[in-house]
Amino acid sequence: MSKLTHSENRGALAAIAGHAAAALLLVLMVVGAARAVAGIEVVEFSEPQLRERYQGLIAELRCPKCQNQNLADSNSPISIDLRNEVRKLLEQGLSDGEIKQQLVARYSEFILYRPAVNANTALLWGLPPALLLLGAMVLVLLRRRSQPRPAAAESADLQQRVEALLQQHSEEQQR
Amino acid sequence: MSRLKLYLPLALFALLAGLLYRGLNNDPTELPSALIDRPFPAFELQSVESADTLYTLAQLRGEVTLVNVWATWCFACRLEHAMLNQLAEQGVRIVGLNYKDSRPAALRWLQERGDPYQLNLFDPRGELGFDLGVYGAPETYLLDAEGIVRHRRVGVVDERIWAGELGQLYRKYQGQKRDE
Repeated sequence: MSKLTHSENRGALAAIAGHAAAALLLVLMVVGAARAVAGIEVVEFSEPQLRERYQGLIAELRCPKCQNQNLADSNSPISIDLRNEVRKLLEQGLSDGEIKQQLVARYSEFILYRPAVNANTALLWGLPPALLLLGAMVLVLLRRRSQPRPAAAESADLQQRVEALLQQHSEEQQR
Repeated sequence: MSRLKLYLPLALFALLAGLLYRGLNNDPTELPSALIDRPFPAFELQSVESADTLYTLAQLRGEVTLVNVWATWCFACRLEHAMLNQLAEQGVRIVGLNYKDSRPAALRWLQERGDPYQLNLFDPRGELGFDLGVYGAPETYLLDAEGIVRHRRVGVVDERIWAGELGQLYRKYQGQKRDE
């Protein structure tokens, strides 16, 4: 068994600290770059509440071209256009629901990341809870099967008989 | 009963395989249009040729029409153009919607490659494009004689597409019009 001397110990610690600092620097650089990109687009609103609703809407609306991105994340021209439309509709005083309706009327329900429950989306909404239920049922069935068979009363009875036999045996030996 | 249970995994596998096989032939990038069987949105746009000519929805009605969304920045539109020329020659009425483009570039394009469009709408800010739910040129809409949208093709129209649903529906509505 080798033992780390005091100075070796300090060297290892310094190496770890160095790695941690490098990792931190990398994280800061990535975050900084993301902030720089995000900072390019300046959106002006007449009221501060509108900005909050705008952020909420573009996070929940889906880019039709670059699928699997929302309007907020996407840099495609169509997303820029749609963000502008959302801003325009907000300034016109439409509610969130009305704005979504306007977009659905043009781009179909695809554009919503949280589509309404209807015949088309029943599978989408229903499948996860159904699978969860199925999983729970399978789990319960499996656990029930793996439990020891003998009932409690039966095993207590057995225990008594075993003890009686043992005692009988030891008495016979002592004789 | 317990014998049948043994086949359960096989049945599940078959179900999953069927589902995945169907998914192979689906194109997830082609979205359903919200406008199918609904009237083409109203508009008032200049023509590509001149700022003095204004077109409205009234000009689209009366004949079965293809509305083709195009732009000079759109690479796939180049691939499609010869087919559009060919269809126009066959007598198909094609209306162009020049989408987020510049007028000089559009005019040059038409001069160089031929002009299959009976009329050409100029939509530099994508206003009609937004109302139509355009998300990528080229797109082609089939309108019946009443101006109702009957089909949308996202992507290039070629021989295969024209032999498929788009062309079939065109011939169907064209036939209906003739019967009247």
